[in-house]
Amino acid sequence: MKASTSRRNTLYGILFALPWIIGFLAFTAYPIFASLYYSFTEYVGIGTPKWIGSGNYYNLFHDDLFWTSLYNTIYYVCLAVPIGFVIGLGLALLLNMDLKEIGLYRTLVYLPYVLPAVAVSFIWLWMLNPYFGLVNLFLNTVFHVQGPGWFSDPKWAKPAFVMLAQWGAGGSAVIFLSAIKDVPRELLESAEIDGAGWWTKFSKIIIPMISPVILYHLITALFGGFQIFTTAYIATNGGPANSTLFYVLYLYRNAFQYSKMGYASAMAWILFVLVLIITLIIFKTSARWVFYRGG
Amino acid sequence: MNLRWFLTKVVGRIVLFLVSIIYLVPIFWMFTTSIKDMSQVMAYPPVWWPNPPKWHNYIEAVNYIPFGQYTLNTIIIAAGNIAGVLFSAPLVAYSISKIKWKGRDVLFLIILSTILIPFPVIMIPVFIIFSRLGWINTFRPLIIPAFFGGGAFNIFLLRQFFMTIPEELSDAARIDGASEFGIYSRIMLPLIKPILIVISLFTFLGSWNDFMGPLIYLQNEAKYTLALGLQMYRSTNYVEWPLLMAAATIVVIPTIIAFYFTQNTIVESVTLTGLKG
Repeated sequence: MKASTSRRNTLYGILFALPWIIGFLAFTAYPIFASLYYSFTEYVGIGTPKWIGSGNYYNLFHDDLFWTSLYNTIYYVCLAVPIGFVIGLGLALLLNMDLKEIGLYRTLVYLPYVLPAVAVSFIWLWMLNPYFGLVNLFLNTVFHVQGPGWFSDPKWAKPAFVMLAQWGAGGSAVIFLSAIKDVPRELLESAEIDGAGWWTKFSKIIIPMISPVILYHLITALFGGFQIFTTAYIATNGGPANSTLFYVLYLYRNAFQYSKMGYASAMAWILFVLVLIITLIIFKTSARWVFYRGG
Repeated sequence: MNLRWFLTKVVGRIVLFLVSIIYLVPIFWMFTTSIKDMSQVMAYPPVWWPNPPKWHNYIEAVNYIPFGQYTLNTIIIAAGNIAGVLFSAPLVAYSISKIKWKGRDVLFLIILSTILIPFPVIMIPVFIIFSRLGWINTFRPLIIPAFFGGGAFNIFLLRQFFMTIPEELSDAARIDGASEFGIYSRIMLPLIKPILIVISLFTFLGSWNDFMGPLIYLQNEAKYTLALGLQMYRSTNYVEWPLLMAAATIVVIPTIIAFYFTQNTIVESVTLTGLKG
């Protein structure tokens, strides 16, 4: 009786999960191994891949554009992730204030996060237009400074993308906000009675209590940062002078414009390993700074 | 105490107000550009509100590209995705939360770990599968996978929801002789209707906003989505800014509407998922 119930349950368990399992095998598991295999071949996408051993990896290490794209992406991630963290957390603290009209502010700050990346890219391409863009008009009128060329200046193009990304910081702010709201009130109140100031409450209670969410944010932000594509494709398409040729943009070109599927697969796997190593390091160190409430 | 009241109520308000303005200005600038003519676009000092507003830009914008066709294409893909996600995500979520079987924890772990796979790693082989099937330039590569997946985040959300439903409910139905699928479709699905609506809206946003998918699979201009079509207001060295901004405004409006219906639930769902450890 018992055994037949458990067998019946296993049968139904697999049956209900079947669509997902089929999709996982066809569109995730098989492609992971296939792209690893392709990375050791020369392949234009049709016909049979030709095995060339580590040829793609060897060529990548001697490809200046590969290193440029890797440098650009790491540059972007190193700026966008910390800045995004500070702005997201700052917004969350602001939006945690006890005001009557706070709902309206939350809506306004969160809204840009859900807008289509293509529209966002064009809006910012226009906002940061060197001559008629609002940002430079503002700098000129208020501070009497001639603003930079932004997307058309190799020095300022990457910072422009970092700025553009901050317009979507409401997305992470909402997640931080709900975490902050979940910090037990008694904890903050008893700290207040003991004479703790604003900074002590923030750094000694709020930050540790929301550290699991910080860990989650850090990892998703890193993944998003390394995979920046749409905004760069629209706003600069890699230019000027390859200063915004980000990793996935170069990968996309190799795969779908130059039909170098094997070469692009090698790039994909280098990205995969790189991101996994960083994730592992973060998880390893997280034991020291992430605090899980018992439960 | 008085100083603190002043700091939060007055200074806090001013800071929040300024921050909100900064976040709102680009949207406002998009809209006002959409009703300017070219001379007002290039005017200095900038024109905040053109007089008279050139509403005709919107008519020109939808005639500049096959706007109706692209809207239809985008809606078809979004609707297909919603149908696919609503089919597959609750099924697997039910399996890992309501059916007691050995492999379910391992399966849940695998589902979660798919989040850690960068899209470029699977993008090329998946493209090759679909090109062998002859599906390039059709909507199928952008719709069919939704019926065999559902998205890790959606599944996670649904699982948390299913787990709040008491076991007694399905046990009682089982004693009454209800089949597993009967319990799922007649008892469980109606109970989780609110979260199914939220997931539909999420899926709509994801599909409506998607750029890389259509870029890879749709090469024939007649098949373009709105996200791809927005590029056509720009040639090598000239951008129709007012028309582009008018089109962008139209494309953005449905996402604002979807956002309006989801915003509260997003905060609640974060609480629900127990993300906070």
